Amino acid sequence: MQSLIKFVGRLFLFVSFPALAGCNLVVMSPSGDIAVQQRDLIVVSTVLMLLIIVPVIFLTLFFAWRYRSSNTSAPYDPEWHHSTRLEVIIWSAPLAIIIALGAVTWISTHKLDPYRPLDRLDAERAIPAEAKPLTVEVVALDWKWLFLYPDYGIATVNEIAAPVDVPINFKITASSMMNSFYVPALAGMIYAMPGMQTRLHAVMNEQGEYEGLSTNYSGDGFSHMRFKFHGLQQAGFDEWVARVKAQGTALSRDAYLKLEKPSAREPVRYFASVENGLFDAILNMCARPGQMCMSEMMHIDMAGGGGAESHDNRAKLEYDNRHADDAAHGEAAPGATFPATGNPARSPEPAKGIDAPHQPTETPIQQNMHEGHTTPGSAPGGPAAPQMNQGTTQP
Amino acid sequence: MFGNSTLTEFIFGRLSWQAIPYHEPILVVTFAAVVLGGIALLALITRYKLWGYLWTEWFTSVDHKKIGVMYIVLAIIMLLRGFADAIMMRIQQAIAFNGNEGYLNPHHYDQIFTAHGVIMIFFVAMPFVTGFMNYVVPLQIGARDVSFPFLNNFSFWMTTAGAIIIMMSLFVGEFARTGWLAYPPLSGADYSPGVGVDYYIWGLQVAGVGTTLSGINLIATIVKMRAPGMTFMKMPVFTWTSLCTNILIVATFPILTATLALLSLDRYVGTNFFTNDLGGNPMMYVNLIWIWGHPEVYILVLPAFGIFSEVVATFSGKRLFGYASMVYATCVIMILSYIVWLHHFFTMGAGASVNAFFGITTMIISIPTGAKMFNWLFTMYRGRIRYELPMYWTIGFMVTFVIGGMTGVMLAIPPADFVLHNSLFLIAHFHNVIIGGVLFGLMAGIVYWWPKAFGYKLDPFWGKMSFWFWQIGFFVAFMPLYVLGLMGVTRRVSQFEDPSLQIWFIIAAFGAFLIAIGIASFIIQLVVSFLKRDQLRDNSGDPWDGRTLEWSTSSPPPDYNFAFTPVVHDHDSWYDMKRRGYERPLGGFKQIHMPRNTGTGLILAALSVALAFGMIWYMWWLAILSFVAMLAVAIGHTFNYNRDFYIPAETVTTTEDARSELLAERT
Repeated sequence: MQSLIKFVGRLFLFVSFPALAGCNLVVMSPSGDIAVQQRDLIVVSTVLMLLIIVPVIFLTLFFAWRYRSSNTSAPYDPEWHHSTRLEVIIWSAPLAIIIALGAVTWISTHKLDPYRPLDRLDAERAIPAEAKPLTVEVVALDWKWLFLYPDYGIATVNEIAAPVDVPINFKITASSMMNSFYVPALAGMIYAMPGMQTRLHAVMNEQGEYEGLSTNYSGDGFSHMRFKFHGLQQAGFDEWVARVKAQGTALSRDAYLKLEKPSAREPVRYFASVENGLFDAILNMCARPGQMCMSEMMHIDMAGGGGAESHDNRAKLEYDNRHADDAAHGEAAPGATFPATGNPARSPEPAKGIDAPHQPTETPIQQNMHEGHTTPGSAPGGPAAPQMNQGTTQP
Repeated sequence: MFGNSTLTEFIFGRLSWQAIPYHEPILVVTFAAVVLGGIALLALITRYKLWGYLWTEWFTSVDHKKIGVMYIVLAIIMLLRGFADAIMMRIQQAIAFNGNEGYLNPHHYDQIFTAHGVIMIFFVAMPFVTGFMNYVVPLQIGARDVSFPFLNNFSFWMTTAGAIIIMMSLFVGEFARTGWLAYPPLSGADYSPGVGVDYYIWGLQVAGVGTTLSGINLIATIVKMRAPGMTFMKMPVFTWTSLCTNILIVATFPILTATLALLSLDRYVGTNFFTNDLGGNPMMYVNLIWIWGHPEVYILVLPAFGIFSEVVATFSGKRLFGYASMVYATCVIMILSYIVWLHHFFTMGAGASVNAFFGITTMIISIPTGAKMFNWLFTMYRGRIRYELPMYWTIGFMVTFVIGGMTGVMLAIPPADFVLHNSLFLIAHFHNVIIGGVLFGLMAGIVYWWPKAFGYKLDPFWGKMSFWFWQIGFFVAFMPLYVLGLMGVTRRVSQFEDPSLQIWFIIAAFGAFLIAIGIASFIIQLVVSFLKRDQLRDNSGDPWDGRTLEWSTSSPPPDYNFAFTPVVHDHDSWYDMKRRGYERPLGGFKQIHMPRNTGTGLILAALSVALAFGMIWYMWWLAILSFVAMLAVAIGHTFNYNRDFYIPAETVTTTEDARSELLAERT
């Protein structure tokens, strides 16, 4: 079955899009098992639907040609407008296809539920009993990605690495905007939302460097909200972790609050240590000193609410308006238009507080990252120069 | 000085000279063109003393036919604006590679894609659809007007007022930078301060009043004003699809209004419905907006399906195959469209069972849609298909739409959606169904009913040019987007890093230029046809050998539509009447009771523009004054008892005799 799908998939690629041989259709040729299964679904559903689409298109063109008014040899029957037999066919043919597709949908939606832990590494291999999944906590910030590795106590910005053939459990949230976490070669996307945690289980099967991005529009710097995903062998991954520890700085709450401020085109950053409980604080929107955590609020509510005293908690639960305060200090909110940005309407300058694009001299690392499939292990100088890791976000 | 600045703030709110984009060349040129064009137009109207004519015959008219035409004029004007946005985006994406930022910074680009979506859906597709329903439905059911003629005029002007509010944002201040559905938290007060989202909210709220009222009006018209003998199962299919569309409008637009009202409360008075703060929940907005948003898709496409049904039966010279199943399919689509909204955000983390449920309901919609496709197909079967322009669009639709339907079903499978959601594949999909379905249907409708509205056919050469450029342009512009989607490229991106993508964007931009030629050909077609109107004239009132009642009256129809209300015995009433040797009555005309024109609708709409402007710019005095004025005018209107008049029997006789002469000349 699997090989049949693969065969049809290739056929589909080469027959339907001969022109595409040279370009990288990552969705159709992914490297992680989840994305591979999702690709197979696209192929299966396309083939199922072509069973009905092709005859319809053919019949449309054929009838359009055959029953043209100049063709007087074709039969003409102006009163013919009903045929029970045909009606049964035209309702049941799509119905049959949809029953098949519906079954596929029900099964695959449950099997590929991003919240469901994996049960295999790929089509041939089950998960080894001793395998320990890697946990990665993902935070979508305005407009960069923060990845925390609780098992290793490290964190990175705009770069993930993971060993191949090891299941990865992503826990995903965001600081302010709704974003979407997507590595096309690895697995489908899932939204990253403030105050909420979404999850994704995936595994990468092939070594290499892959693109990751945000796929839900989140404001000014959205276009550059991209990162690299490195699929490494276990040894390479250990080396990478060691390098992050060696080159990184500390991710304290203060450092996080600086990092969290809106900025675009951030370089890769490493953090050798992460303050305890930071991800939970971000998730509960209480990373800033003095904020009340959502979990605490929910606890109060569950216990029947705080009554009149809860009014005192109000300021501690206000979260969004910290950007409005920043606006007064020269930082614009992500979607701000005139007059709140202070910029004249449709000015060519970026909104205040958005970093100007980096000069090429500032981003030698980024250029390294573009050299095809260089893994960080082989990249000269490593993925992040130490001077990038001073713990500030404003280069 | 202090007093002075508070006074300025009191008068102008947040408005200042900075809001006028005089340093933005693109906008200055546009503005100059609009001003010069506007002055030229106003001068021409004055020169030919047309003000009185426009005021009495059009602006204040409560005649459904004139209101229908005005809706379509509005839609065509807004199409030009929406398409200008489209071509700017295509150029930007075709050049913004290798560190080139293109000619639009994100600040500007984000407003353009927001405006493109908002304008194309709310101010192009909606007025087009409403315009057709207004024009055609009363004629098809043998009525003299809609149920509430004044309400109809008011609805039109409210829609126009919404369009004016959106257009104002081009030259005064800025538009939203949030995407066309303005998801919070991005659209909330903290992340989108400034006037952009407020323009969005008020433009849609004002237009939404018009849309909802027009929906109520048309439902009442269809339910209560059908000609004697026209049971529901004898109604023309376009009227059926209009009925279903208007039920959808009435059931869903209040959801949009409520959702935007909650967003306004968040923005204006600091509530926390959709904020991250204090237990607010942006996911609730996403749900609510799509509970409106998905039926909206069917609000647009069902009337287009109706147009295709009329066209395919007429030009195949054959009764529509499977009328009953067509009607049931329409009703099933109407109901199912309410229970699929979650497929717009499978990726938001709902459980597998919820996702699978909504995925499967979505797929089920393709069953009645597929049945409709077959019904059109078998209407052509054993027909005598005349290749007039409407039939071109119909065949083009049938081939194009099934591809969009197929990609739609792919997106309905949640795990497949996880890799395709928000990608350019999705963009290609919905343009495939909206251009290939809705727009082709509307173009077919224009060439089909134009002779009814104006008494002459449209020029076929420029019509075919328009069709072929649209058809080919569509494929060239959107097939590359399918490919890019499979390459993992997402939507709303203004700059790219991967140079291998560029060629696809260049092809897509070329496709957009082909579509531009298609639109230009359409405009040329209108002008050329007007100039050649005497050659293209049709005096019969029935140029296509039509089948439904609108073809039984003259072209353009008289103010009263039908001198005598027709009596219906069968489907395709006019075809049935012709077959039975129907004789037009030549005498015995009676006076006809008609509604009188009123300017109240226009005045109320103008005041709502002022109200919206006041609210957007925090000019509270203006908002309060215009709101009070609206109430006063509305209450004042209830004391206007001079609402109707009679067309005297002599006038009817003269009109009908003139038609008899024209008909006699033909034979």
